[in-house]
Amino acid sequence: MTRSSGSVPSRGPASPQRAPMPGRPRLAPAPSPGPVPVSQGERMTGAQSIVRSLEAAGTEVIFGLPGGTILPTYDPLLDSEKIRHILVRHEQGAGHAASGYAHATGRVGVCMATSGPGATNLVTPLADANMDSIPMVAITGQVGASKIGTDAFQEADIVGITMPVTKHAFLVTDPADIPARIAEAFHIASTGRPGPVLVDIAKSAQEADTIFRWPVELDLPGYHPTTKPHLKQVREAARLLATARRPVLYVGGGVIRAGASDALRRLTDLSGAPVVTTLMARGALPDSHPQNLGMPGMHGTVPAVAALQRADLVVALGARFDDRVTGQLSSFAPLATVVHADIDPAEISKNRRADVPIVGDLLEVLTDLATELASEHGHHGLPDLEAWWNQLNKLRETYPLGWTPTDDGLLSPQHVISRIGEVTSPEATYVAGVGQHQMWSSQFIRYERPNSWINSGGLGTMGYAIPAAMGAKVGEPDRTVWAIDGDGCFQMTNQELATCALEGIGIKVAVINNSSLGMVRQWQTLFYEGRYSNTELNTGHQSRRIPDFVKLAEAYGCIGLRCENPKDVDETIRRANEIDDVPVVVDFVVSRDAMVWPMVAAGVSNDAIQYARDITPSWDRED
Amino acid sequence: MSRHTLSVLVENKPGVLTRVSALFARRAFNIHSLAVGPTEHDDVSRITVVVDVEELPLEQVTKQLNKLINVIKIVELEEKASVQRELLLVKVKADDASRTAVLQVVDLFRSHVVDVSPEAVTIEATGGPEKLTALLTALAPYGIREIVQSGTVAIGRGGRSMTERALDRVARSA
Repeated sequence: MTRSSGSVPSRGPASPQRAPMPGRPRLAPAPSPGPVPVSQGERMTGAQSIVRSLEAAGTEVIFGLPGGTILPTYDPLLDSEKIRHILVRHEQGAGHAASGYAHATGRVGVCMATSGPGATNLVTPLADANMDSIPMVAITGQVGASKIGTDAFQEADIVGITMPVTKHAFLVTDPADIPARIAEAFHIASTGRPGPVLVDIAKSAQEADTIFRWPVELDLPGYHPTTKPHLKQVREAARLLATARRPVLYVGGGVIRAGASDALRRLTDLSGAPVVTTLMARGALPDSHPQNLGMPGMHGTVPAVAALQRADLVVALGARFDDRVTGQLSSFAPLATVVHADIDPAEISKNRRADVPIVGDLLEVLTDLATELASEHGHHGLPDLEAWWNQLNKLRETYPLGWTPTDDGLLSPQHVISRIGEVTSPEATYVAGVGQHQMWSSQFIRYERPNSWINSGGLGTMGYAIPAAMGAKVGEPDRTVWAIDGDGCFQMTNQELATCALEGIGIKVAVINNSSLGMVRQWQTLFYEGRYSNTELNTGHQSRRIPDFVKLAEAYGCIGLRCENPKDVDETIRRANEIDDVPVVVDFVVSRDAMVWPMVAAGVSNDAIQYARDITPSWDRED
Repeated sequence: MSRHTLSVLVENKPGVLTRVSALFARRAFNIHSLAVGPTEHDDVSRITVVVDVEELPLEQVTKQLNKLINVIKIVELEEKASVQRELLLVKVKADDASRTAVLQVVDLFRSHVVDVSPEAVTIEATGGPEKLTALLTALAPYGIREIVQSGTVAIGRGGRSMTERALDRVARSA
């Protein structure tokens, strides 16, 4: 172990009385799938050791792009029988593909890039995965150890750059450290609150000779995620849930990451309480479940938003009180006692003070909570939630999600998206970019299973859909994968269509083409007097169509379809669904004036939610 | 705002200080002072950081620090239950006319002279911030030429060892 020069004061050799740190070695987690390939020690290069370590850690697929400092590793990668490498066209595509793969399968997604610009192109996907708690490992080449710090060609301090946007980042200069750092990266990425981990490996370490051993000791004395919830806290939560008159289960993406959907279902049924599923949690509870009120927040359903605002108890499960959910924080759920369960202690009381904090793995929390709730019901009887449900059901009837038809003769984007969901099976996976099409996809597709909805929630990364859909399809090749994208998003990352076409990754892309940066345009309509500054993209109806998405799809070896007439929508979707061997891009030419409703303006109280422009529901008067 | 002293045990690895200080910057907390040094274990360094912050944000920053993979343990050291010291080196003008008076101040504060030249003396002093401020006030009239001061280092009073307890936990959970 070395001291960091210039930061931690350095001393000579350790004085004999200073003891080494105690602690028995821990073994690396058993890789899945496949048996543990034990190696007692084999001589090989650092590059070979990287490939062997990745294999041993369970890697099936790497999304990446080679370059100077990672070249040594790409050589043995060619011979790997366990790892499929998918050559992307831009490193950002590799990062989001790894994220989509991880999101769809729950396994760690792996991407690889060279130093400098290769590595910096991974920054956005890493930040994205960090915000959305996606288990991901990024391997980057670094310039040779002796050149680090000299502004060498393609040198970038990627560990320094990614520190604030990763769960952890390692720099490896000694080839002997490669197996341990890679094992630790997978362990950190996939345990506790999942997240991205970067392993930056100097070219000199890749080229040097070393000994490969597996399994390896994990040297992580400061990393101990709490998974077992405190029973006393769980009991208190159960008591509150058994006695509340207006409870709401506020479900976040943590439930999906924890694989706790079945446990959530049991708690939901047992409690009888209404459930709201955040943007990251769509599908955690089936939309067909009668207690599911849909998405809360800025573009949430009126019943979901109202339920939180009127609740006397909010049970937050793997959710983080994001500003897009709470609106103005001081007026969010003003009457509620808050139970907050999360695997990350730092989320608890970060934004909203929790009355009952529970730190633990959501699967364990939900299981324990259901057990304790059943016993509380034994004491208190089943809670009477009839009045509460009457209020909420009235809101459901009065304010269902919907849209007004367009008046320019063009397609309603909401209609297109809801038809994609209806015509395709709930077994499909839907992946969105960021903006209006994302909100409509969250609102108008009915999700029946966890991980059927993949999007960039926290960071809001435009361009996420195409590469993430590619990763999801690689992870689950038998599922239909629809990327629902905007014309703005699509132009940021559509180069990966080449990857999809060449690698036989048959994703389907619906470009919801309103010829503009739609969400920004919507805000300009609402808050900037319709002054449309720089939101026109000229891809849609009566524009120059630069680019023409059908021609672009064909140029990339995909099938390109265009749909402009409402009566062709279902047929076009069916045609796309029937094609399985090549990627399909459908240019749905939609109206640019469609807006996402309901809406709570940024920074405003959720009580001021508008069902449509200038229409504010009045749940306060209904008491 | 109130002042808090945090003792942070970290793995002795490159980049750890960057992670800790960057976290304070990112969450907009003002570091009053920071000191890093080795401990009785080769693999563990100890950071003492003094911050000006309210209770609730302090809890948040402590939790965020705990999330750093290289952070092993964090303890807040209350002023009354700990010994807190800073080291001050100060160069004061002292010629034949003023040297005796300066040396009297040095004696009064139980500090001592570590370097002498015809026109100046360099004084070393340790203590809490109040003592060091008072010393500097007393020396000011003679002409202070240069000051260098360490961050606060602090240790809990009594027989218990923070490192021992923290590393026991590591050993148990391993």
